[in-house]
Amino acid sequence: MPKDDFEKKEYDILIVGSGAGGGMAAYVLATAGLKVLMLEAGRSYDPIKETPMFNLPKDAPLRGGSTPEKPFGFYDATVDGGWQVPGEPYTQASNERGQRFDWWRARMLGGRTNHWGRISLRMGEYDFKPHSRDGLGFDWPISYQELAPYYDKTEMLIGVYGTNEGLENTPDSSDGVLLPPPKPRAYELLAKKSCDKLGIPVIPSHLAILSERLDHENIPQKLFPNNKLGQSVTRESMKSRAACFWATPCGRGCSIKANFQSTTVLLPPAMATGNLDIITDAMVREVTIDKKGQANGVLYVDKNTRQERFASARAVVVAASAAETSRILLNSKSTLFPDGLANGSGVVGKYLMDTVGAGIGGQIPALENMPAHNEDGASAMHMYMPWWLYKEQLRGDLDFARGYHIEFGGGRSMPGAGAFGGMGNFTKGAYGKDLKEACRRYYGSFVWFDGRGEMIPNEDSYCEIDKGQVDQWGIPVLKFHWKWSEHELNQAAHMHKTFAGIIDGMGGKVTSTVQTDGAKAIINGGAIIHEVGTARMGNNPKNSVLNPHCQSWEVSNLFLTDGAPFVSNADKNPTLTIMALAWRTCDYIVDQFKKRNI
Amino acid sequence: MSKEKTNLGRRNALRLIATTAAAVPVIGCSEKVAQKVVVKEEVPAAKPAVRNLSAPKQTLARGTPTDPDLLNPVVSWEMQLDASELAVLVALCDVIIPADEISPGASSVGAQHYINEYVSAPYTNNKADLVTIRGGIVWLEGESRRRFDTSFTELNEPQKAAICDDISWTRTAKPQFQAGARFFAKVRVLTTTAFYTTEEGMADIGYVGNRPMASFPGAPPEVLKRLGLDS
Repeated sequence: MPKDDFEKKEYDILIVGSGAGGGMAAYVLATAGLKVLMLEAGRSYDPIKETPMFNLPKDAPLRGGSTPEKPFGFYDATVDGGWQVPGEPYTQASNERGQRFDWWRARMLGGRTNHWGRISLRMGEYDFKPHSRDGLGFDWPISYQELAPYYDKTEMLIGVYGTNEGLENTPDSSDGVLLPPPKPRAYELLAKKSCDKLGIPVIPSHLAILSERLDHENIPQKLFPNNKLGQSVTRESMKSRAACFWATPCGRGCSIKANFQSTTVLLPPAMATGNLDIITDAMVREVTIDKKGQANGVLYVDKNTRQERFASARAVVVAASAAETSRILLNSKSTLFPDGLANGSGVVGKYLMDTVGAGIGGQIPALENMPAHNEDGASAMHMYMPWWLYKEQLRGDLDFARGYHIEFGGGRSMPGAGAFGGMGNFTKGAYGKDLKEACRRYYGSFVWFDGRGEMIPNEDSYCEIDKGQVDQWGIPVLKFHWKWSEHELNQAAHMHKTFAGIIDGMGGKVTSTVQTDGAKAIINGGAIIHEVGTARMGNNPKNSVLNPHCQSWEVSNLFLTDGAPFVSNADKNPTLTIMALAWRTCDYIVDQFKKRNI
Repeated sequence: MSKEKTNLGRRNALRLIATTAAAVPVIGCSEKVAQKVVVKEEVPAAKPAVRNLSAPKQTLARGTPTDPDLLNPVVSWEMQLDASELAVLVALCDVIIPADEISPGASSVGAQHYINEYVSAPYTNNKADLVTIRGGIVWLEGESRRRFDTSFTELNEPQKAAICDDISWTRTAKPQFQAGARFFAKVRVLTTTAFYTTEEGMADIGYVGNRPMASFPGAPPEVLKRLGLDS
């Protein structure tokens, strides 16, 4: 739409951010008939036209390898993003190892959902009440049962493959919700055989990838009963999505819409309602308030003109990514809110969390010299290992309190930048005919295992406004503070030991260093890109930012729908929970509009 | 040489090499093609050595380093190695990955040009590798002349192997060959990337993916049988 038109329109809701949380908010609110304006800090992005689906590494600079400008490689679906965004710095309180938080951002429509790993695991019953279980961290103000219907709905809407296994704290979806998982690859079955002996469950992974087309005739009615608009846009959207054709990396995005991205699954149908307008290149600086202390819009910088502008609405949803959301709140200072908007508790910015990450690789002789066969599959795991030592942990048998799941890979994937780069050392210096034969022999025989574990929120991991620096839009930047506890470090060491055992059980040998010191095993904070917390929900306005509806305690027309409301960060990858929680929050917002409370 | 031809860009030229090499699998032939390309790059008007500048803009990409046009890739930096350096790399790449009955040698799929692109890139690691590669080439040429009184490019296979055996692995190389071994290791890493990311390299190891299929078949019965997973 022309730039100025939106200033004349009246909007019910203004949403900051277009990723998982913002996209889901737009979907639910626009289909409910509310007039929605969305602001996105990055550029517009169209996966249908822009995704390099079958393009080969050799056609890209540096064979598609990682650079500071494209850290996940040339073809990665990240625009103007990565660990650093040009002109948008952030600072660290300490540069010591283990005390840094690396902040990944993507400045594009759909945000990080364009490249994410698609791993879609539900938090379980324990995960919502961790403090009640072991006395550490904090409980959520809601239970698994309260969110379960929204997990079902989110999975049905975006399409998730997987199975119900009835395992402890690894919830089943309702019948008929999940799509069938793809068949396992050879190395996945070999890992399962090893894990069976170790008592580690290996089950089909849950990924937001369409293993078959969605049932567009029945799902829309289930998701939006008594809502013709919601049903029709959902039906058309589902009809437009193809099933996975088992090729091309999901991290590039998907032009056939077989995997979930906000830009293919949420935003187009939300736009189709006629109730959503989107302004891109709009970097939000602060949420503004009226005299009564209610949110009435946002100040943002139009990146194209570099001018500050104002957009108004009757309510504001912030979903800019956890830390960016807190940055906006902390920068929204006023007489009524001298410490930042909705920050009477002083908790905004606090209890920042990421996922614990540590991993090792191995080489499996049994997988050498295999006949050529296609292992591309869904480009990510077909199987994974959920946490399995709940009882041992509760008994105190382990020196860390929370669990991790195992992600793994390997096999005959497409050679990219760095292909066979380790072969020189592995063969003790082979070259010539010997090197070529070694590459043929060992191709497909390497595996890797990565732990993804729960981090317990702590007082020393947080972000605040760095008073000494602004970004190129004149907005004060964030400074990060970070500290692991013994629970995370010991967990990381346990990961290494466990993976070495799995590799050993596969008859293989570990090819990387197995660390017994967790501080050496653990990856930097932020590196797993599961940034959550900093504006947690709770039952008490004194120690939480949001009430159990993700509504600000202090500003009743302000809501957060990204990872910021998270009270804990279970080992389950957060995106699915962000979306389920956003849906639940937006149902409440719609209800509040109906009751004229907003 | 017309300006139009120099603007062909080195990546398009690379494609030309790749197709030519596939049709004429004679290493000497493609070397000549490669050297012609290098000559083009030395024409001052051709810098920076970009490609596809005239490609139609099909996406919303701004064409900046953090927002490149993914469908029309451009290498935006100048190539640093000169023709004589590339000639030595051609010889060394083909020692590391020689042609055999299954696939061509590394230089015929342009490995030396990938190495040039890599060490010419404007990033800290790459800049350090440029020093390693340039210094290594000087050393290799010197070593070749000390031992055999001629350029490495002129050596026969046993002569090349005599030098390469001394630098094939840093952990076993004698102290006087450590720098050479580090150079060799870097060239090996870059050569394997260059080779195995081409269709020829992928076919060599049996990568058969990147093609759409109606359903994913899982592991073939023969594979499961070999792994004892078929019961």
